[in-house]
Amino acid sequence: MNAQRIRCEEVIEQLFEFLDQELDEDLSQRIEHHLKHCRDCFTRAEFEKRLRERIDQAAETRAPEALRRRLRRMIEEF
Amino acid sequence: MAESDRPQGAEERRRIFEREIDRLADRLYGTALRLTRDPEDAEDVVAEAVTRAWSKLDELRHPDQFEGWLFRILNNTFVSLWRRRRCRQDRETELNLSEGEEDGPAPFSLFEQLHQPFLLWWGTPEKQVLDGLLREDIQSALDALPDAFRVTMVMVEVEGYTYQEVSDLLDIPLGTVRSRLNRARSLLQASLWERAREAGLVHGVRKPRARSNGGGG
Repeated sequence: MNAQRIRCEEVIEQLFEFLDQELDEDLSQRIEHHLKHCRDCFTRAEFEKRLRERIDQAAETRAPEALRRRLRRMIEEF
Repeated sequence: MAESDRPQGAEERRRIFEREIDRLADRLYGTALRLTRDPEDAEDVVAEAVTRAWSKLDELRHPDQFEGWLFRILNNTFVSLWRRRRCRQDRETELNLSEGEEDGPAPFSLFEQLHQPFLLWWGTPEKQVLDGLLREDIQSALDALPDAFRVTMVMVEVEGYTYQEVSDLLDIPLGTVRSRLNRARSLLQASLWERAREAGLVHGVRKPRARSNGGGG
């Protein structure tokens, strides 16, 4: 078990890498555990997650019809 | 039939490819647009990536990995276009910033600007701002980032690549991926803060901290 506690400052410092799933399993689990019990850090994590969702949504754009036609024409000739 | 020149299997393969490209066209274009910032360049990147994908289709061993494979080709196509262009135009906004440019002012956190600890639940100023920002605000804040920062951020946050994958795609050290990502997030959040303030989304919230580049007299 990962009994070693993690402090708020450490959670905040590693938060982005945690959300990017770049941390090892032990550290991730300790952060998850901390987030379950610390409202301040949980609030911040939720904010960063939501911001990330907004960024992800901002990247969605409809392909112009001209591009779709161009791709169809190209593929037709492959 | 017009298609009679092609063997039946090949025709079927082409049809499946066409259907998949059609299904993924919005995401391909959206990603290319966030990477390039330019609609025409984005279309060219998608078209070239699709051509490359077709010519390498035999290399794809697991058809169920088509999507990830295609997006990797899209990213590689973008990176080579970017490098070519940089050589030609000697642009300043290129992939390889000098080290000094990676370090900037102290990190900026939108959350720290907005959060009021005495309010007990989130659903407060920070939520108002997040919900109030328009997609266009976020798009233009992303587009305003220097190329190297924006590309790294799009690859990680939008496309979901690991730091190691971005390091390989861009041919930069892992530490540089991290520092660019930190700078990108900081710049983006500062930019969103300004946009939120201009849009009147921030009321009764403390003023932003003085920034280190403020100076003045």
